[in-house]
Amino acid sequence: MAKVKSLAELKAMREKLQSNLDLREKSNDPDSLVQIKVAMATCGIAAGAKQVMEHMMEKADELKLAIVFTQTGCMGYCHAEPTIEVKCPGRDPLVFGHVDNNKADEILTKYVMNNEMVEGIIPVNYETIG
Amino acid sequence: MINVTIDNKQIQVEPGTTILKAARQAGIDIPTLCYFELAGMKFENKPGGCRVCVVEVVKDFNGKPRRNLAPACATDCVEGMEVLTHSPRVINARKTVVELILSDHPNDCLQCEKSGDCELQALAQKLGIRNIPFKGEQSTYRKDQTLSIVRDVDKCVMCRRCETMCNTIQSVGALSAVNRGFQAVVAPAFEMDLAESSCVNCGQCVQVCPVGALTLRDNISDVMAAINDPTKTVVVQSAPAVRVALGEEFGMEPGTIVTGKMAAAMRRVGFDYAFDTDWSADLTIMEEGTELLGRVKKVLNGEKAALPLFTSCCPGWVTFYEKNFPDLLDYPSTAKSPQQMFGAVAKNYFAQKIGVKREDMVVVSIMPCLAKKSECARDEFKVNGNPDVDFSLTTREFAHMIKQCNIDLNNLPEEDFDSPLGQSTGAAVIFGATGGVMEAAVRTAYEVYTGKPLANIDLEVVRGLEGMKEATVDFNGLPVHVGVCYGLANARKMMEEVRNGNPRGFHFIEVMACPGGCIGGAGQPYHHGNSDIIRKRMEATYREDAGKPIRKSHENPDIIAIYKEYYGEPCGHLSHEQLHTHYFDKSQHVEACGE
Amino acid sequence: MHVLCCGGTGCQASASAQIVKNFETILAEKGLQDEVQVIKTGCFGFCEKGPIVKIMPDNTFYVQVKPEDVEKIVNEHIIKGRKVTDLLYLDPENQEHVADSKHMGFYRKQLRIALRNCGFVNPEDIDECISRGGYEGLGKCLTEMTPQQVIDEVTKSGLRGRGGAGFPTGVKWGLCAKNKCDEMYVICNADEGDPGAFMDRSIMEGDPHSIVEAMAICGYAIGATHGLVYIRAEYPLAIHRLQIAIAQAREYGLLGEDILGTGFNFDIELRYGAGAFVCGEETALIHSMEGKRGEPTFKPPFPAVAGYNMKPSNVNNVETFANIPIIITKGADWFQSIGSEKSKGTKVFALAGQINNVGLIEVPMGTTLRDIIYEIGGGIKGGRQFKAVQTGGPSGGCLTAKHLDTQIDYDSLVAAGSMMGSGGMVVMDETSCMVAIAKFYLEFTCEESCGKCSPCRIGNKRMLEILTKITEGNGTMEDLQELRNLAAVIKDAALCGLGQTSPNPVLSTLDNFWDEYVEHVVDKKCRAGVCKKLMNYEIDKEKCIGCGKCAKNCPGEAISKTDYIAEGHKLPSMWIDTTKCIKCGACIAGCKFGAISVK
Repeated sequence: MAKVKSLAELKAMREKLQSNLDLREKSNDPDSLVQIKVAMATCGIAAGAKQVMEHMMEKADELKLAIVFTQTGCMGYCHAEPTIEVKCPGRDPLVFGHVDNNKADEILTKYVMNNEMVEGIIPVNYETIG
Repeated sequence: MINVTIDNKQIQVEPGTTILKAARQAGIDIPTLCYFELAGMKFENKPGGCRVCVVEVVKDFNGKPRRNLAPACATDCVEGMEVLTHSPRVINARKTVVELILSDHPNDCLQCEKSGDCELQALAQKLGIRNIPFKGEQSTYRKDQTLSIVRDVDKCVMCRRCETMCNTIQSVGALSAVNRGFQAVVAPAFEMDLAESSCVNCGQCVQVCPVGALTLRDNISDVMAAINDPTKTVVVQSAPAVRVALGEEFGMEPGTIVTGKMAAAMRRVGFDYAFDTDWSADLTIMEEGTELLGRVKKVLNGEKAALPLFTSCCPGWVTFYEKNFPDLLDYPSTAKSPQQMFGAVAKNYFAQKIGVKREDMVVVSIMPCLAKKSECARDEFKVNGNPDVDFSLTTREFAHMIKQCNIDLNNLPEEDFDSPLGQSTGAAVIFGATGGVMEAAVRTAYEVYTGKPLANIDLEVVRGLEGMKEATVDFNGLPVHVGVCYGLANARKMMEEVRNGNPRGFHFIEVMACPGGCIGGAGQPYHHGNSDIIRKRMEATYREDAGKPIRKSHENPDIIAIYKEYYGEPCGHLSHEQLHTHYFDKSQHVEACGE
Repeated sequence: MHVLCCGGTGCQASASAQIVKNFETILAEKGLQDEVQVIKTGCFGFCEKGPIVKIMPDNTFYVQVKPEDVEKIVNEHIIKGRKVTDLLYLDPENQEHVADSKHMGFYRKQLRIALRNCGFVNPEDIDECISRGGYEGLGKCLTEMTPQQVIDEVTKSGLRGRGGAGFPTGVKWGLCAKNKCDEMYVICNADEGDPGAFMDRSIMEGDPHSIVEAMAICGYAIGATHGLVYIRAEYPLAIHRLQIAIAQAREYGLLGEDILGTGFNFDIELRYGAGAFVCGEETALIHSMEGKRGEPTFKPPFPAVAGYNMKPSNVNNVETFANIPIIITKGADWFQSIGSEKSKGTKVFALAGQINNVGLIEVPMGTTLRDIIYEIGGGIKGGRQFKAVQTGGPSGGCLTAKHLDTQIDYDSLVAAGSMMGSGGMVVMDETSCMVAIAKFYLEFTCEESCGKCSPCRIGNKRMLEILTKITEGNGTMEDLQELRNLAAVIKDAALCGLGQTSPNPVLSTLDNFWDEYVEHVVDKKCRAGVCKKLMNYEIDKEKCIGCGKCAKNCPGEAISKTDYIAEGHKLPSMWIDTTKCIKCGACIAGCKFGAISVK
């Protein structure tokens, strides 16, 4: 990667990256692309987030679901670790808590595939500035 | 100048003056415990740890009172500051702090070596502590000792004076704070034995310890046993610095010279012969001076020789370079220290002369020094296991001995030392002060080298309490560059300079481990940080020198006689055998130290 | 269509389970069970207005729903599509009913500024960070602002040190910048040590680039080219992510030489701490980085004058730095508009203890303790009574119900007898013994004291011994007096912040829970049942049927048969030998007849 040489270049990069992300989100087949963020701070990992993420990736392959998995920092719901945020195209993102392998399977098969609600939703209780 | 008000007294001080110093200027004595200063000698310990000197700042730089109490030792005065040193809040805090310290102290004052000389005891007395309200756990640690130093850190108050001394002034790095919280204490790294550490036994930690946590290894009973053994002939020698300090233990003014009374006291306590290390100091000059001239001549002839020559009379320094500079062991003089030269002469020449077997003679030294205790135990100073010097006592121990024998030094007559190891010159006397060995050596080396009398015998430029000094002496066209330092951190700098090619071109460097030289030694009466005491001992040293009829070592008739009768010539065959030594690489004992 | 029904403890206590059941029954009656799905969710956090029912996808938020309201919701909302107005949230400010939770005050109670990217971006990908505006603050400083303007902006924002003491950050930068020198340092204090506090770790793990960017901004402002992060070795993930962030920033030229073509050079190194709490004190931290014993020295000189390697250094904590980039991009005026009069912006707290929603929260300064505990925290576990909240970690104090409406900011917490500290917040209910709590924190400070000054080294140990004596039933009223005096002297005379604040947990509990201390001392009683030595287990011989299960459970063989058979029972009752009892509670746990009690 070449170095960023000026503020203008940095801003241009931001534009590009943002649209890249958008593209990724809204790309080709919007119905098949789901994004799942796994809270992978020390608290999440300690509660098993890493193992759950690996399990979900395998399961998604098995179910032939095109899902973008990303790790992220602490969402703040330490009482409900591991927590994941699931964003299906056209739906508001939902945060699920206490996700273990079974819950993960349930989320994939019920919520992601059939838009059926499953228990364990944690309502977002903060506002983030960006 | 800054205006401050302390206890409603208005005073003016220089910017950068601490509240403690400002108060002392105004005649207000704020008590301290961890704070320690040797004024004019670049040694100050102010960790601000004991919190005994706390004061109330009722008006700070911003016109408002300070939220917390301030340590007077570490807080600088600012314009308009108002301070109370004995408000109820201060006195309560100060007393509570001292009670807390006492609650973790053995309080075995009656048996403590430091009793009567203990700063914590004095503090408790001053504050009128009559009860310790806190009962609880007391710290206990393993007792530890070297040949010179005894550590009983149950008594440690974490003032850190020893640590600062060991690291800043001496750069030995043997002692530092270890553990944390209630378990925190000053100890060698990993709490190993001090003897296994980088310690060189200089004993300055003992000299500055406010309490009895660090004390000396006491040999009084060993010496008393020898005196009371009818089969032994007990010979005593006393170092130059002892005569200008011993009087302090008997209430005399610092700087009182008690040479004659000391000789009398030696006989009263039962020594068979009262001799003088000054005599062997003159002998040292003959050997070391000759060695110096030999090396200089070699270099002038284009041959190889290790220059500069370092003095080797100070055993703390000797151990220091053996542990830290094993690559430079060729540089120090091979001449033994005066204590060991005396021992060698006494047990070889003198024992033979009076018809006593070596084993039946006990040589005792009275030294201002703790390192001498470990020096006399070195294997190379023994013949078939029998040491040249059997026991080394400190000035303080000798004072104790005199007191035990119900002798009041004040009322003793002045007596002379015995002969033949008793007569000395002014050059030997000044061995006790930093720069003295150098000056004495120059007095002799100049005259031997040039064959002419030295015009000005007082080499003022190497005198005084400056930590590092240098001078060039014109040896009739040959400029001889000499250096003088005390404190092993200064010595380390000198050694590193030599290791880096001796850019200043020194020929001869004198090193003493202790502040001010032997007069500030660890075996001297405690000075409690009053550098005036060291200064007065120094003045007395030069006074004694000035009053001596003979002031150059090579003019000492007894020295001339012994070369004629026994040794032949300086650095000759027999003197090499008896009066010179060699050094060892002891670096494996050294822990990393750094600056 | 989905019906989300809160299944948190608070709402369950107010019959949310019944509500779910009613929904299921009524929907089945109407034949809607396949179209409408009823889901029990986690706590919405808005427990004060519980039980909560939310209808998706139209995001309607019903509050204080009673089981009998279910029919109305089904009939009106689900079948006819009309919102049930009187069950909607009533905005206290404008008295309007609000249907969408996004417009409710409560959900604005948390505002993530320092945590803005945590849980949002992939911390190991600089591109995601840049797409969120990362490094634009640095770019703005370097191209559009002079160093003095940066300092002025930070000063104007009103940002105060988030490490605990609350010193104005801009002023600190200014003091350091005055001592221009060829070698200066920006130091990030990542030695987070308060028990239970982990906001700095979360920021470094979730948004490491914000720290890298902020340190570079600080370097530009004060004139430093070296940055050092002093981070606990116990934070391997934070270290890993910071290392990645630094490497990526270097690769992009956002660290190193000639950053963004402006000629400004700055780079960052990590230094690892070995887990000494006192190394969070800035002078101790600097000594530790220099390879010396980690212990504080008296200030002045301040690090701004003589810091790392005796060079001017500016030390800020992680959370403080995390606020910097956004202050630069959004401006001081924006930041200033958030928070209370003297404390601006937000504060992150690690919410812990006997509370439903344990977690990491970020709230604007000025939020009340009540809002945090009851709304964000979801109230006390098991519906028990709130007793105290401890803020400020081992340096802070315990506040009580009377302080619940205290607005959280630096000054009002101090006025209430506690402090902000780095943001630990432990909530306690009646099962906590306040003497034991004070003892717990003191054990921590005793353990973590460096031992340099006598008040902290010996004084705290003596306080701990007195507290131990009290919890073991051997305390006297004189001990309480001595405790007060010691606490006051230690506070007044200790060398550093750790020592000066270490008596706070004791002082605040003495002030707020004096009766509990007196109970321990005079009545030899611990009302919370925590102090084991003050408890006695007893078997009611009339209730005991003599089954002997307690004796089997007892690990100390303290329970044996008596020869007394109570009326109506066949076997002799059991008896506890209190001299052998270790007060483990195993007997009570096993007794089905309620015959054993603690006195």
